[in-house]
Amino acid sequence: MSTELTPVTYYLTTPLTDADVAKLNIGDRVFLSGIIYTGRDAAHRRLVELLDRGEELPMAVAGQVIYYVGPSPASPGRVIGAAGPTTAYRMDAYAPRLLAKGLKAMVGKGKRADEVREAMVKHKAVYLTATGGAGALLSKCIKKVEIIAYEDLGPEAVRRMEVKDMPTTVVNDVRGRDLYAVGREIYEIKA
Amino acid sequence: MKEISVTAIRNAVKDLSIKANRELGQDTLDAFVRYKEKETSPVGRDILDQLIENARIAREEGIPMCQDTGLSVIFVDLGQEVHLTGGDLSQAINDGVRDGYQEGYLRKSTCHPFTRKNIGDNTPAIIHLRLVPGDKVHLWVVPKGGGSENMSRLAMLPPSKGLAGAKELVIQTVKDAGPNPCPPMIVGVGIGGNFEVAPLLAKRALLRQVGERHPDPELAAIEEELLEKINNLGWGPQGLGGRTTALDVHLEMMPCHIASFPVAVNIQCHANRHLEVTF
Repeated sequence: MSTELTPVTYYLTTPLTDADVAKLNIGDRVFLSGIIYTGRDAAHRRLVELLDRGEELPMAVAGQVIYYVGPSPASPGRVIGAAGPTTAYRMDAYAPRLLAKGLKAMVGKGKRADEVREAMVKHKAVYLTATGGAGALLSKCIKKVEIIAYEDLGPEAVRRMEVKDMPTTVVNDVRGRDLYAVGREIYEIKA
Repeated sequence: MKEISVTAIRNAVKDLSIKANRELGQDTLDAFVRYKEKETSPVGRDILDQLIENARIAREEGIPMCQDTGLSVIFVDLGQEVHLTGGDLSQAINDGVRDGYQEGYLRKSTCHPFTRKNIGDNTPAIIHLRLVPGDKVHLWVVPKGGGSENMSRLAMLPPSKGLAGAKELVIQTVKDAGPNPCPPMIVGVGIGGNFEVAPLLAKRALLRQVGERHPDPELAAIEEELLEKINNLGWGPQGLGGRTTALDVHLEMMPCHIASFPVAVNIQCHANRHLEVTF
């Protein structure tokens, strides 16, 4: 058994600086507040196409956070329905391009590709996970929602969200460590 | 002959689709609490706390517990002495799904497999109809998420692999799945039957309550052994490291062909939604 982690809790407000993310270690709890953006595969494809053509993105990504989410419909009186994270690997092909533009954090669930982890080290960024399936809990942290691009994509449109104390855990830090690998190593009991 | 109106079935499918997505069963909630007491990982305990809180918010505020409100899997045990009136059973079930997903603000998650265009109303439901003795209709509504279904597996093993080979397949499936099926999970295992029946056994195994052992002591012992081995993998809640990878393992078995050894593993995420009703 390896050494157990001793997670530290941080409250961070966007936009994030290099110093904000550099202090984070795998396993740390981060409560995010401020403006974050949403995007899934289809939106990412379009964002990267804009970069390919040398055009401006619908939002400035430097210092920002992108949340991988496809919410359920909002019932009357609510800003959004259940809003837990979706699986992140589908964004792996696009993420390094946005990291190069200064994106500081991605929030999703599941493992990232080596290229994405390397890009996080290179550009000083982190990958956070929100709890998959905790859609009601996460919904309560979202205070305002506004579609800013690609409305035709429905649940996959790019939204600007105002969040308050959204609970996440650091999976990949700027030192290239991966909680999915380290966590299992600590708690595995070999036969 | 006892008459049952398909309209009653339509209404039940609607109500149970909404309720199942908002109200996590007490069996799963109790398991969160039980496993949290044993969990040694601080990150793992935090995740289990979040899941307990998530279930409370979903129930009290009527928000789906997960944004993936699932494909609608419906099991029907139809008593052969029942006369269904008022229309077509499959149509009634699909109408109930459509009503429930619209009225309950549930996400519509069915699409064309090639174009990926959303069907728009979460139909068609996956319906498993079984004719049984008696004059009752028993119905289960099981909204099933995509992330955990994607990590499920069927193998037609050589019979020479034996029970040890079947156990190895179950463990390997969970090991390979890692964080993707949203652990802590419930693992349904179907052994025997044939190519289409083994997965159905695995899915039916998931209808059991968390913590409920198979009545056959031999199978119950295998369930317990698999549960321990899965939790020794170390994946933990959400795959972030810990002792709570699975809340339970349910196994169902039936005879198979002398040349075959089908083994199916159906993974259920912690949003363990299944409700039932009898008419």
